[in-house]
Amino acid sequence: MKLDLFKQRDDYSWEIPARGSMRVPAIIYADRALIEAMDDKVYQQVVNVATLPGIVDYAYAMPDAHWGYGFPIGGVAAFDADAGGVISAGGVGFDISCGVRCLHTGLVADDIALARDALAEELYQRVPAGVGSTGHIHLGAKEMDAMLNGGAKWAVSRGYGSLEDLERIEERGCMRGADPAQVSEKARHRQRNEMGTLGSGNHYLEVQYIDRIYDEPIAAAFGLRQGDALVSIHCGSRGLGHQIGTEFLRLMATTASQHGIVLPDRELACAPIKSDTGQSYLGAMRAAINCALANRQIITHLTRQAFEVIFPGSRLPLLYDVSHNTCKLETHRKDGRARQLYVHRKGATRAFGPGHAELPADLREAGQPVLIGGSMGTCSYILAGTAESEQRAFSSACHGAGRAMSRRQATRQWRGREVVDELRRQGIIVRSPSLRGVAEEAPSAYKDVAAVVDAADRAGLARKVARVRPLVCVKG
Amino acid sequence: MTTPGWEHLEHGADIGVRGCGASLAEAFTQAALSMSSIVTDLDKIDASESVDIECEAPDFELLLVDWLNEIVYQMATRNMLFGRFDVQINDHRLLARLYGETADPGKHQPAVEIKGATFTELKVYQTDAGDWVAQCVVDV
Repeated sequence: MKLDLFKQRDDYSWEIPARGSMRVPAIIYADRALIEAMDDKVYQQVVNVATLPGIVDYAYAMPDAHWGYGFPIGGVAAFDADAGGVISAGGVGFDISCGVRCLHTGLVADDIALARDALAEELYQRVPAGVGSTGHIHLGAKEMDAMLNGGAKWAVSRGYGSLEDLERIEERGCMRGADPAQVSEKARHRQRNEMGTLGSGNHYLEVQYIDRIYDEPIAAAFGLRQGDALVSIHCGSRGLGHQIGTEFLRLMATTASQHGIVLPDRELACAPIKSDTGQSYLGAMRAAINCALANRQIITHLTRQAFEVIFPGSRLPLLYDVSHNTCKLETHRKDGRARQLYVHRKGATRAFGPGHAELPADLREAGQPVLIGGSMGTCSYILAGTAESEQRAFSSACHGAGRAMSRRQATRQWRGREVVDELRRQGIIVRSPSLRGVAEEAPSAYKDVAAVVDAADRAGLARKVARVRPLVCVKG
Repeated sequence: MTTPGWEHLEHGADIGVRGCGASLAEAFTQAALSMSSIVTDLDKIDASESVDIECEAPDFELLLVDWLNEIVYQMATRNMLFGRFDVQINDHRLLARLYGETADPGKHQPAVEIKGATFTELKVYQTDAGDWVAQCVVDV
């Protein structure tokens, strides 16, 4: 993008002053190189978001922002329901509550190295991955409702994990206000065989180790030491979330004009929070958040079973579980005033700072763990919410790398087998049902997540704590 | 792009489908082929089973989104891949028969599942030469 489109506020924030139908200005957080390389579409999309009714303060884009559906991916926007604020299915995305969960293992990299292939095989056998893979749990109508109301809390009550897991999940593992009655039969049908599955695309389960610590005191508070082995799980609400996204995007696109909303683009489909459509979507989306939390909880259980086989007696407590496609009602303070706002994060991670009441007591002083997934074979990062994050972007940070090239370009450039062999030479074992999928997800098909994380750190969105490298990757 | 034919649109995170044909139904058929080819190579899909579907929408663009999303739904819930489509469109109502088979990871090497068709780059139009074009970005 051309820099003369912006009013530069500091080295890492770029403002688009309100003009035309923009109700508020917009801010993109990025360093100069990232913003120059950013797609022009991000500019247009963040400007479009700024025109929506009831938007508060600014429309934001994170350092990893790229072209999305209506909202940019990496977009953050808060709305005041009392000021006619809206909720947008595109502002949440199709994979509702897609997110990352990180587990401690009590092991170190050398332990994993001794049993790497056996562990990869055990995880691959137990955690269903890839297109059309089915889980071992098939929910009837009543149990589906219980899952949609209860999230990870439901999963724990059915024997998948322990109560202490819930403390380390946003919303304590259960999104309040879910309304399973708003979840269509089609959405339920798509989920029937998909509980406890990873999915495909950029979703993965990785065994990783910490190769660098940036902030010792916070790392200590998170229980992280150099060389520690971790497990990261990246997946979302599976077919149920996708179907809810599909249905409400259409409904909101066709009914916006009835609510007097002028859409600069049909894909910006939204509805007033205080409307039947808005409330219906909120209830369905919250049910899908619970579906994602339950899904990651079940996969956690399967992961623990696999570790028990290879490393008997091992314990895998949660570091944390974050979602990066959500709209949540939160209290935010500005100018000494507390406001209840509906915060959309599309491809953006919540990043509550130290002292936030939502954080579990043992993390409260350090701030919220912010888990940033890399792509297959590349580093991931653990950050922490900062005190200034709330003023920056309603306590939000980036979520990942974003693609550098299309899937087609990637398959032209690499063959899946070569990618698997090359990663093995680097000490990374990849297991996937699809070699074509592996080629499309080749490490170099993604942007460098390090630059994005550095920009988030320097912009004050979240503080860098540790870098992790993969050892084993189960890929959908 | 030849007529009839299909191609993929470049999109940063995802991928777009575009179908072209002498009729609207042909363009929709080609757009569906474009979508199936995101998942696997079309020549790997045997047309051994069929599924009938129908959809209706207030305009052609919404009809395209509904059509692609109905295929996504059938793929997901039947665990099938489709490689041939017979499509009829009357006014804003679409009737179709999808031909395909159960997905087999070994045979098809399915690369990615489709989450849904979006309104991004959504266009259905007739060219000056009279051909129909149907396109949108799909979320993968």
